[in-house]
Amino acid sequence: MEQAAPDPERLWQPAPLEPLSHPDAGLESMVGEETKGARDEGPGDGTMTENNFSLKKIEISVSEAEKRTGRNAMNMQETYTAYLIETRSVEHNDGQSVLTDSLWRRYSEFELLRNYLLVYYPHIVVPPLPEKRAEFVWHKLSADNMDPDFVERRRIGLENFLLRVASHPILCRDKIFYLFLTQEGNWKETVNETGFQLKADSRLKALNATFRVKNPDKRFIELKHYSDELQSVISHLLRVRARVADRLYGVYKVHGNYGRVFSEWSAIEKEMGDGLQSAGHHMDVYASSIDDILEDEEHYADQLKEYLFYAEALRAVCRKHELMQYDLEMAAQDLASKKQQCEELATGTVRTFSLKGMTTKLFGQETPEQREARIKMLEEQIKEGEQQLKSKNLEGREFVRNAWADIERFKEQKNHDLKEALISYAVMQISMCKKGIQVWTNAKECFSKM
Amino acid sequence: MGKLGEAGLAATAGPARTLGMEGECRASQARSWGLPAGGAGGDSPGGDAPLPGSISSSSLLQAEVLDLDEDEDDLEVFSKDASLMDMNSFSPLMPTSPLSMINQVKFEDEPDLKDLFITVDEPESHVTTIETFITYRIITKTSRGEFDSSEFEVRRRYQDFLWLKEKLEEAHPTLIIPPLPEKFIVKGMVERFNDDFIETRRKALHKFLNRIADHPTLTFNEDFKIFLTAQASEFSSHKKQGPGLLSRMGQSVRAVALSMRGVKSRPEEFMEMNNFIEIFSQKINLIDKISQRIYKEEREYLDEMKEYGPIHILWSASEEDLADTLKSVASCIDKCCKATEKRMSGFSEALLPVVHEYALYSEMLMAVMKRRDQIQAELDSKVEALTSKKADTDLLTEEIGKLEDKVECANNALKADWERWKQNMQNDIKSAFTNMAEENILYYEQFSIRSP
Repeated sequence: MEQAAPDPERLWQPAPLEPLSHPDAGLESMVGEETKGARDEGPGDGTMTENNFSLKKIEISVSEAEKRTGRNAMNMQETYTAYLIETRSVEHNDGQSVLTDSLWRRYSEFELLRNYLLVYYPHIVVPPLPEKRAEFVWHKLSADNMDPDFVERRRIGLENFLLRVASHPILCRDKIFYLFLTQEGNWKETVNETGFQLKADSRLKALNATFRVKNPDKRFIELKHYSDELQSVISHLLRVRARVADRLYGVYKVHGNYGRVFSEWSAIEKEMGDGLQSAGHHMDVYASSIDDILEDEEHYADQLKEYLFYAEALRAVCRKHELMQYDLEMAAQDLASKKQQCEELATGTVRTFSLKGMTTKLFGQETPEQREARIKMLEEQIKEGEQQLKSKNLEGREFVRNAWADIERFKEQKNHDLKEALISYAVMQISMCKKGIQVWTNAKECFSKM
Repeated sequence: MGKLGEAGLAATAGPARTLGMEGECRASQARSWGLPAGGAGGDSPGGDAPLPGSISSSSLLQAEVLDLDEDEDDLEVFSKDASLMDMNSFSPLMPTSPLSMINQVKFEDEPDLKDLFITVDEPESHVTTIETFITYRIITKTSRGEFDSSEFEVRRRYQDFLWLKEKLEEAHPTLIIPPLPEKFIVKGMVERFNDDFIETRRKALHKFLNRIADHPTLTFNEDFKIFLTAQASEFSSHKKQGPGLLSRMGQSVRAVALSMRGVKSRPEEFMEMNNFIEIFSQKINLIDKISQRIYKEEREYLDEMKEYGPIHILWSASEEDLADTLKSVASCIDKCCKATEKRMSGFSEALLPVVHEYALYSEMLMAVMKRRDQIQAELDSKVEALTSKKADTDLLTEEIGKLEDKVECANNALKADWERWKQNMQNDIKSAFTNMAEENILYYEQFSIRSP
């Protein structure tokens, strides 16, 4: 699909994708500054020569979150959280960064941005936003959107989203995205003015297409299955992980009771007293260590969640393909039937039922002149139809090619990220065990001195 | 277990075993156990300080096979010596002179000198028209002279154990009798004869008998001997003897009335003891609850983990590049499950029974305290009677004299047994918790070795 966005003021060179293992660290995007006139926006047409660019790095970070109150669309008071987005440009030579833009956005604006991207880049697997409401919580974790831990994790998630978009070779060039980062006031109006909501495919249309399409590309069918499986397995995993976390929390915390009771008991003991007391202290340490451990695990869960939501983005691309394919098939069918009609009129045979045929029978034959006129009209329609079919075909193929390129890119990103996430999870477990060994070794020493 | 031989009993032939006889009667020379000189069995570390009721006594108790080296001459010598003393416990009515009692009474367990080995196993279900019950097989091996044979096998049911405990309490009101496992299931279980419940009870009963066997006084109790050796019919006829129901009821009514008085005139050291008992009881019961709770939480954690691993395998089926990583995460989780199971079983074998036993012990301690108070109260009431009524002074004085003996006996017995009990407790608790810590260390080490 053509990029409908108007020419951006700056053309950003696609950035090398970087792993997001530390979402807190501002990711750096390579920004290429275009020399005037050498713009080239054809999708897939990578003729931009590097000589034309002086490379500038930019850093994006969502650095703060703030609670605000305001009036909503229905003039009712509401509380919401606003996030500070800071953009810095880094001079390649000296590495110093200069703050170029900073503005506040709330979650709904991020949603707006994403919806816009979905409409204008249907062949791209658009990065997902962090969850709207807390899900897969275990009992201690709050499900409240205003909870500071939730807000903090959301802040990180939003930053991650922006960095993903900024490092995407195609999405990073979008002007609306650029304005999102740079133009605080009026941005919403600007987005709405693009009329993207009107261009969006209706859900109903898409559903219809999914059921009726006859010949979708097999790869997309497989991809849809894969994304369904991915979604189901990751949700299951997250659910069980939450339960495991809950239980682990229980085990650790109950040990804390030992601490209190040992300490009280030590008061009546002479020889055992010291040992009991200090062992009790270690039990307290053990019990409180679980809080940090599980906080780190939440981060792992968030990494998995991102790919859970990515599954939906994959499905969106598949749906678009199905829609286009269905559209194509319908157009072809329509053309075929028009051709047939034309043929029938020309040869005078009526093979299929037509309203015209019926009315002719009822109300009398039409004149040769009328028939000629109709044939002519049909011929014109057929010509138009053939052209349309040709361009639809072209579009369809173009779409498949571009989409598949992005999907390949996505696959690599996914494999890399998830592998890292799993490994870091294992590392977390190791560190948890090391702590455990330490605490229990200390406790054992105390016990043996009793 | 050939320690008995190694212990060089010849070296310790001098000191006889401590024979604390009290209850309400005869007091005899109570001497401390001689330390096994030098050639102490390999198990007792550093021969200097006594290690009464050391950890080894608990591990002894749980050892399945307790072979007696019957061809040890030393043992023969030893038992012959023992048989020279009158060791049987006796009816509560014989008076005794306190003068022959030494104040310094120390009860120490000498695992090296153990000559009575008891195991409780093979629970069997019996169904009659009236009821269903379980009997346990009790095997006793001994080298003691007063036993007719060296090996005995009998079957007893829980009721019989209850009977034994009551008899011991009667005979030795101020000795700390080991606790029996609960009569009824506390909560949660539906079937009365659930396998886990039976096994737990069996272990506790085994512990119970061995604790009695290790007790320097209780081990020579006649009812205990009969319990271990009498066949079914002989045993049931023996049970029927003894004070009848009515007289026992009468005794307990009196006892309640008296116990209140006894509290007021409690000597200082027993006040301290009582204070300890109250607080200890509170704390140990809490620890019992906490420990049970930890076990429960770990069990639930394990259940969730068992579901956690396979999900990764499922996922690996739809991935190519990630499949290997996912599979190895799954196998790590699996190993974690196994390690958790091991940790749990260690916990339930080493810590839970010990803590629970001491929670039950705390009830025993309170009962002992009460009984001591009762005996004191009896004395006090007679003294009061003496000062108020002037009649029958002679009779009263004589009675008081006897009661004073009785009180002194009781107090000394309790004191001695208290020290012994405390030492045991300390060791048992220490080893139980050290064990738990060790298990936890192993658990974490297990897990961390395997991670990619």
